[in-house]
Amino acid sequence: MTFIGNKSDLKVVGTRPVRPDGVDKVTGRATFGADYTMPGMLMGRVKRSPHAHARIVSIDASKALALPGVKGVVTAADFPDIPSEEAFVGEGPMNFRDLSLNCIARGKVLYEGHAVAAVCAISDEVAAAACDLIDVTYEVLPHVIDVEAAMAPDAPLLHADMFTANVTPKPEKPSNIAKKVHFTVGDVAAGFAQADVIVEGHYSTQPVHQAYIEPHACIASAGADGQCHIISSSQGHFMIRAYVAKLLGMEMSNLKVTPAEIGGGFGGKTVVYLEPLALAMARKTGRPVKMVMTREDVFRATGPTSGAVIDVKLGATKDGIITAAQAVLKYQAGAFAGSPVQPGCMCAFAMYDLKNVDVVGYDVVSNRPKVAAYRAPGAPIASFAAESAVDDLARKLGMDPIALREKNAAKAGTKTAYGVTFAEIGYEQVLAAAKNHPHWKAPLGPNQGRGIATGFWFNIGGESSASVFINEDGSVNVVSGSPDIGGSRASMAMMAAEVLGIPVEHVRPIVADTASIGFTHVTGGSRVTYATGMATVQAAENVIEQLKTRAAMIWDIPPEAVEWKDGQAVPAGANAGGFDPLPLAAIALKAAKTGGPIGAEVSLNAQGAGPGFGAHICDVEVDKETGHVTVLRYTAVQDVGRAIHPSYVEGQIQGGAVQGIGWALNEEYVYNTKGLMDNAGFLDYRVPVASDLPMIEAVMVEVPNPRHPFGVRGVGEVPIVPPMAAVANAIRGALGIRMHALPMSPPKLRAAVDSGVG
Amino acid sequence: MSSLSYAAPATVDEAIGLLAGASGLAKVLSGGTDLLVQLRSGRTRPALIVDTKKIPGIIGIREVDGGFVIGAATSGAMIGEHAALAAVYPGVVEATNLIGSTQVQGRASLAGNLCNASPAADSVPAMIAAGATAVIAGPKGRRTVPVEQVVTGPGRTSLARDEFIVEFHLPKRAPRSADAYLRFIPRTEMDIAVVGAGVNVTLDAAGVCTAARVSLGAVAPTALLVADCAAALVGSKLDEHALAKLDLAARDACKPIDDKRGTIDFRIKVAGVLARRAAAIAFERAAARS
Amino acid sequence: MSKIHVTTTVNGEPAEFLCQPGNSLLDALRDDLNLTGSKEGCSSGDCGACSVIVDGRLVCSCLMLAVEAEGKSITTIEGIANGDVLHPLQRKFLEHAALQCGFCTPGFLVAAKALLDHNPDPTETEARYWLAGNLCRCTGYDKIIRAVLDAAAEMRAGAPAGE
Repeated sequence: MTFIGNKSDLKVVGTRPVRPDGVDKVTGRATFGADYTMPGMLMGRVKRSPHAHARIVSIDASKALALPGVKGVVTAADFPDIPSEEAFVGEGPMNFRDLSLNCIARGKVLYEGHAVAAVCAISDEVAAAACDLIDVTYEVLPHVIDVEAAMAPDAPLLHADMFTANVTPKPEKPSNIAKKVHFTVGDVAAGFAQADVIVEGHYSTQPVHQAYIEPHACIASAGADGQCHIISSSQGHFMIRAYVAKLLGMEMSNLKVTPAEIGGGFGGKTVVYLEPLALAMARKTGRPVKMVMTREDVFRATGPTSGAVIDVKLGATKDGIITAAQAVLKYQAGAFAGSPVQPGCMCAFAMYDLKNVDVVGYDVVSNRPKVAAYRAPGAPIASFAAESAVDDLARKLGMDPIALREKNAAKAGTKTAYGVTFAEIGYEQVLAAAKNHPHWKAPLGPNQGRGIATGFWFNIGGESSASVFINEDGSVNVVSGSPDIGGSRASMAMMAAEVLGIPVEHVRPIVADTASIGFTHVTGGSRVTYATGMATVQAAENVIEQLKTRAAMIWDIPPEAVEWKDGQAVPAGANAGGFDPLPLAAIALKAAKTGGPIGAEVSLNAQGAGPGFGAHICDVEVDKETGHVTVLRYTAVQDVGRAIHPSYVEGQIQGGAVQGIGWALNEEYVYNTKGLMDNAGFLDYRVPVASDLPMIEAVMVEVPNPRHPFGVRGVGEVPIVPPMAAVANAIRGALGIRMHALPMSPPKLRAAVDSGVG
Repeated sequence: MSSLSYAAPATVDEAIGLLAGASGLAKVLSGGTDLLVQLRSGRTRPALIVDTKKIPGIIGIREVDGGFVIGAATSGAMIGEHAALAAVYPGVVEATNLIGSTQVQGRASLAGNLCNASPAADSVPAMIAAGATAVIAGPKGRRTVPVEQVVTGPGRTSLARDEFIVEFHLPKRAPRSADAYLRFIPRTEMDIAVVGAGVNVTLDAAGVCTAARVSLGAVAPTALLVADCAAALVGSKLDEHALAKLDLAARDACKPIDDKRGTIDFRIKVAGVLARRAAAIAFERAAARS
Repeated sequence: MSKIHVTTTVNGEPAEFLCQPGNSLLDALRDDLNLTGSKEGCSSGDCGACSVIVDGRLVCSCLMLAVEAEGKSITTIEGIANGDVLHPLQRKFLEHAALQCGFCTPGFLVAAKALLDHNPDPTETEARYWLAGNLCRCTGYDKIIRAVLDAAAEMRAGAPAGE
């Protein structure tokens, strides 16, 4: 595989063409999950739990089934009771049994909104009315919402068979603590003993939802021969196939999943909710079933990311060498095990070259919806605490916060607390770019403050498939198995065009269904441009070999005597013969006579994804009387490896930063004393709106990843890691008060101003 | 399944007849920006929707006797575009324009904002401060009531089931009079008021306040008309002493709740802050209208 | 219960449909007229993905009853382009990469068109407040605002005199 390290050698990569799916999306023609219909289609609805925790005594659907137009009802009794089995199909750990129980409750409901039954009918109105007619008798159980309350010995227990994993000896009693994780290097006690300065803090964060604007939607059909089809918007149609096949006890080859356009995911569409229910009802009724969540369903029943409680302690010498870093992280998992506490523990201090680190994490269940992946799962939560503490340390040392970070920066050869040694990374370059940016030195006015924070994310590779086909007219199709959530079709087309040496306009990329391309892992972990990109590049390279062979046949010379240059076959040298170059289209035209269609599919498991680092600078102004925070200026610096389409890389950085600003300032789940969510809608779950924000300046630092042909690093997740601490550190600057709890909403800020304590 | 009917009467009498004759719950539709949300969520399940927008005069703004008559179903966008109204009652106009998004402004009406009977309705404290009255049509004819007497509690009004609001009246202004409305929300747009404060003042030639009305929203079951706040302003040029008295009176008047939008303590403090800030704007505007 | 017959104009062409009294205009557009470009993100008027222009006013089609469309003139995302020629806003959204997933895009374009119809020279702040009722979770709004302001500038520069 080639590596093109020199930017000036690139003709397509690094330019900003119009994305190939763009026109459909600006004209309303793009079809998302809810836009599909099928002949004879029924509409499905979910009956959901009104209680945070209850035993299901009985479900009586007779009245619903008697309603004219109702065609079927399913409950857990219609699904196989599958055993516990770890699944690594989505993003992050998932257990098939938990997933099944999350899709439809069996015996107990574990959170408000938990699905207990589903109904399908001739119209949405009839289905909704039928839902109201399903009688569920509950025995309400005591509930627990908050993470530390759930860890208490006398807390209401969600799962009688949950014994904390990774603890020896095995606990005698079950608890809500699913797992303990522990990473340690060196000796933190000794490290703190060496420290001249120590800072400590007790932090908390609230769960936040991915808040994609498109609610979950799917349509499922089942043939009489058992062959089934699902169209849904997700971050991975192979993931949908694996989960649904498992939950319904089907063979995968009998289920084709077609990816609809997806209206945002951010990790939240790496699991299934509706698809198993829709297909179960389609199989039961013999008619296609469409299901679309309401916004309220999305908030009550789909995964936010964890809220957490974190204790952090840092020690440093007078000259700013961090001698010890310690943290305890307690993450909510929601109703089933599987919070991202482990990556949180791994990322907390990953930006620093540290001798003594000790990080302990707890994965804790409570009566909330099961968490799902959300952009750099776990890292933003840990970094809010860790990077706030680093800011406190800089203040206590009287050091510039960038200088402190530079002094302790991870670099190539740094061994992380979780055991990996970094290869080429760009953290120092990112810090230098932040320091040299005019924003860092710009003047501030009264009641204004500036904060900086940094962040790390692993980025991943993994299994991907892509194919490249040369059409008879010389145009090219690039087919991949990665749902496009933010412009990846554009980058696939660009990489293929770059390799083939042709204009990108001749390359048409598509995302194929599960029966039409090899297995491809979910669009998540910032892996698509890296891993699927690598498969695309390799497929294009394979195609070039074929094109050279065909040209050799046409010229009747050995294939080794042909070179591929600027989209054409040329003789390798004077000895090869004096032939005029053969453009791709000319070779394509003669494909039938030279061996048939030209194309290649590559399936691979990409290794060596390059980690990413970012540094965000934030200016705020605080209205001390109301606690309102205005973000005045925001600069996000990130090592992107190499930007294939810079506009979409900037877009990832800007979007991630703004999600982080929402997390910092206003987004939270509000529960009442009954354990019911009080703000399940966009009115009171307050994502940032356009008027809340300034322009977000994205600064791309390019430290190419040598393990990708164009130097790509994942870019989608890093930008949500620094913002919470960047905003908190800016508020610290403006008010002189350290805010320890997210969101830093106006009531909390006003109370902090009045008490002097955040 | 719903058995909902829809009617769009062409006259006030026809509307009253429909409301009176409805077999179940009848809801009046003007802008619909609250009603449709409630329909969709199942919070309200009416038997009949009476769309008032076909009634002549129910949409539009007229200047009458130096004051203004605003049709009950006039949209926020139309109110915002009425230059004369905005010049004389800037507080009422800015409060109305704070309701929801641009999209909501295209539909939302004063009557809907009032009769939805939310304690946090933005236009209501501003209308109360401005001394607005509502003209209510019913089987016995029309009655005119001060806006502060329309809402009796969260989700409840003093209107009979066969009554609806046809228009609002804003009185003729004395010289050197102006109003202002401020609300606090966590974001910059799209939120429901955590606290709202409307202030309407008249100054004498020397800049001393001779009359004032102050209304607070979202700090009690209904928007409050706070006499003590007005008393703090009357006789002052809005000096530090008057501002402190106003702040205290506003805080004393609050009877808020803790909810997803704010705490009791926060609402009380911010009520004082907004009363002061709105008063400052109203004084400045009034002084400029000499 | 019988449905109500509604006659209206959509994107300049006559249209008719049958609806239940409680159906929203969004339901009618998507389910009855097969105009699925208008999106349902919340059905409570909080996300703007269903934005349409009704008789010159920007509204959320989820907040308007379908039956109220009688006799009105409605512009949806499907009516923004002039045949195959994209509206300057559509072109600028593409050039500026002002969309990622594209789900909010139709609502933004309709709302932005209403903005420029109403105010051909908005400031950044005016554009941000006008568009505050349209949620985008992907872009952080930066490129959307740039695209809208750039389209406005192009339209001002390109508008023939007297128009």
